[in-house]
Amino acid sequence: MINQLKKNEFLYFGLRNKKLVVGLAIILIFLLLAIFGPVIVRNDPFAYVNPMGPQPPSSEYLFGTTFFGQDVFAQFVLGLRATFLVGALGGGLGTLIGILVGFTAGYRGGIVDDVLNALTNIVLVIPTLAVLLIVAAYLEVRSVFTEFIFIGLTAWPWAARAIRSQTFSLRTREFVDLARMSGMKSLKIIFSEIAPNMMSYLVMTFILQFGGAILNAATLDFIGLGPTNTISLGLMMQYAVMWGALLLDMWWWFIPPGLGITAIVGALYVMNVGLDEVFNPKLREM
Amino acid sequence: MSLTVEHLIVYYQTLQGNVKALDDVTFSIADGEIMGLAGESGCGKTTLGYSLIHLAPPKRFVGGCASLDGEELPIHNTVKMNPFRFKKVSIIPQYAMSAMNPTRKIGKMTAELLASKRVAYKSILPELLRRLELVKLSPDVLNMYPIELSGGMKQRMVMVLSTLLNPSLLIADEITSALDVSTQKAVSEMLVEFRDRHFVKSMIVITHDISILYQIADSILVMYAGKLAEKAPTETIINAPRHPYTKLLISSLPEVGVRCFERRLKGIPGNPPMLLVPPKGCRFRDRCPLAYAKCLEEPPFIEIEPGHHVACWKETAQHA
Amino acid sequence: MGRYLGRKILIYGLTFFLAVTIDWLIPRFMPGDPVTNMLARVSVNSDAAAVMYDYYSHIFGLDVPVWQQYINFWVSLFHGDLGKSAYLFPTPVVQVLLRAVPYDLFLLLPSILLSWYAGNHFGAFAARSKWLDSTASPISYILTATPYMWLGILLAWFFGIVLDAFPVAGAYSFSLRPDWSWVFILDVLHHWFLPFVSLFLVGFGGWAIGMRNMIIYELEADYSRYLEALGAPRKLIRKYAFRNGLLPQITGLALQLGVVVAGALVTEVVFSYPGIGYLLLAGIQNQDYFLIQGCFLFIITGVLLANFAIDLIYVVVDPRTRLGLMGETA
Repeated sequence: MINQLKKNEFLYFGLRNKKLVVGLAIILIFLLLAIFGPVIVRNDPFAYVNPMGPQPPSSEYLFGTTFFGQDVFAQFVLGLRATFLVGALGGGLGTLIGILVGFTAGYRGGIVDDVLNALTNIVLVIPTLAVLLIVAAYLEVRSVFTEFIFIGLTAWPWAARAIRSQTFSLRTREFVDLARMSGMKSLKIIFSEIAPNMMSYLVMTFILQFGGAILNAATLDFIGLGPTNTISLGLMMQYAVMWGALLLDMWWWFIPPGLGITAIVGALYVMNVGLDEVFNPKLREM
Repeated sequence: MSLTVEHLIVYYQTLQGNVKALDDVTFSIADGEIMGLAGESGCGKTTLGYSLIHLAPPKRFVGGCASLDGEELPIHNTVKMNPFRFKKVSIIPQYAMSAMNPTRKIGKMTAELLASKRVAYKSILPELLRRLELVKLSPDVLNMYPIELSGGMKQRMVMVLSTLLNPSLLIADEITSALDVSTQKAVSEMLVEFRDRHFVKSMIVITHDISILYQIADSILVMYAGKLAEKAPTETIINAPRHPYTKLLISSLPEVGVRCFERRLKGIPGNPPMLLVPPKGCRFRDRCPLAYAKCLEEPPFIEIEPGHHVACWKETAQHA
Repeated sequence: MGRYLGRKILIYGLTFFLAVTIDWLIPRFMPGDPVTNMLARVSVNSDAAAVMYDYYSHIFGLDVPVWQQYINFWVSLFHGDLGKSAYLFPTPVVQVLLRAVPYDLFLLLPSILLSWYAGNHFGAFAARSKWLDSTASPISYILTATPYMWLGILLAWFFGIVLDAFPVAGAYSFSLRPDWSWVFILDVLHHWFLPFVSLFLVGFGGWAIGMRNMIIYELEADYSRYLEALGAPRKLIRKYAFRNGLLPQITGLALQLGVVVAGALVTEVVFSYPGIGYLLLAGIQNQDYFLIQGCFLFIITGVLLANFAIDLIYVVVDPRTRLGLMGETA
């Protein structure tokens, strides 16, 4: 009964929270664009549809055309798919590993905690982009799949740290001691006592990982280490700069992808703040 | 009269509505009097204590007034209240053990606090050192960080700090709740000593533990669900209470040396009412074994003997 | 304190060892090898090619067993010898890198420190009033959500191309030679400005948000409530809240270094700024083992040193670590 009340309470406040609603709306718009855009759009994003080469936005080409006469809008909506995929999967992987490491370290404590903590700090300190650059450079064929694996494997320390400290504080609470004393197995305690109380926190951690993964992917793409078999927003920016969009003032080629990323990640962050307010009664404004 | 409070009404603003935390509270304290403020959790005693020094959102001032040493206490106005704080009215908070800035040496923090209240640290230092000695704290404490002190030491430091400028009214909010029994005794005795040495004039000691009040309070004010139930000198409250709630409260206290074979310790069955929409009439009606028809009307807080106020129809019927 | 620092040093030592091993390992798994690539540029008949291959293999130390190469690597590391760059043969890698380091420091240090300082103060300032907060927060969120390279591109395009007010490539004009004249210095600053602003803005947003949250948290702490109850002025309470909120921001700085390095790398690519990031990319594109190794080594050493410096500062600033009563804050 309490859980039901809680859910209703969250729904009530959630719908009234401006940040959450606006953030979610923006994400949904882009998501719909990503899912249905490539289906609706007439042009193949890779086809050289415009014999005139690069052209500013017009009624025929919503976002103009690239140096080679490709439809920027078509590329944009397809690129959104890659961006969302990498973000969700990379963020998901990062959160998953973070949960594994964080929960274990926070719950077990002692030497397990020390070792895991050391591991987390090491991965955290190494500028992972440099490692990724080097690793990704060897793979001749790269896909969204490999990209999200990389990102997930290097982004987890942030999630692990946060989850560890939360687990720490929850572990010492009385209801956990009760469960332990009644003979519940550790894994069961983690899943049935600690996790539900951390649900909100886990959701917020995932959102942050999602945003971070998108940014990381964009950076990798831009350096030239993005997927080789499709287009993404970061790749669009790479091509744009590579083919002189900067110097030739082809602003319509690089502004939409960057704007798209900023909008999506920004919406995610704002949504996160809104979620925090919904879950945390103390933050709600009167 | 040192402190007079008249018809004080304070609400808590919540998203579900206004919680009527303090509903028409009137009482007074004499110079040098230590008044205990007792009651169950949620009865409004902490709200009352804080309202007298820091009435800020989510608390909302609705009506009433207070005066200290004949001067009006502008509790409804946070800004106007500021000159009174620390100097005339002071508080030892419940969270005394974490009340000091962890990254500032205690002496430095004290100096900065005093400076902000236009008191020169140098001039008050000798007195500060005397008081530290009184509570058995070494003067080295001033050069330490809060984390270097034990819980009890921090508490004593905060007690010294709060009373440093000799306030007329000191509010002690549940300061013994987190302590073991022997420390409780020491701290309570310290409070009395502060009063005896005129560091403070009058005191309100908020606690749910009546046994402490028995030791140190001159009078006790019992609150229930945002309203006053009974106020009387300590002896009277303990030995001859008149309000049904007080009687039940006292009888539910274990006595030292009494073995409870013959009668079981009685708690008070039931729960206090929710104050969002308080019940009509006497708030104790639902749990009171003596309730009758008249209790649907709110009983006034009447003085039935000199210095003894009760809010109960059964008791005040003859005075009505 | 000794325990705290000792622990940190141990972790850093371990990290360094791990990083160097990774550094050495990874280029070895690259398809092709630098000698073959080098030789591919020069067309020689196969006999001559074989001799040259042996010769260069020997120079690069590639003709000994792998485990010996690993040991040799550590040995030469301690001699400060990072090999010769194949891409810029025969310049020693160390020399190539040392030429780039000043540019990186020149770009990174001001932008990191200034964005941290300004961002923190701005965040604290924004936490003062609801009105300020509701305007400042969205801006900060947008800034921190902006990918580094896109901001760089935007700035380069708008101020460099559209307004033609700033140059968009290189560290200084190709027509000038480095010297200490005013002309040169101004030119360097002119080239430096846009990449600096780009790095500064993104960092600024992040710090502002972080500090704002910390201040709100500190203002609700017990010590703040106590001071408020005793009637201390807002200024004093804010001062304490700010100082206490700054502490986690210092550790945050250490943690963000990896992110900032990545951002700088990407910014250097946009502006063709000759820093280590730029060199790393060139090394990868030209499959220059030693340059890649050297770049990574410099980066990791820099980050570890910076981390250690920040840890030292933290010990000075937070009395709790000094008294050894607070375990790990980082």
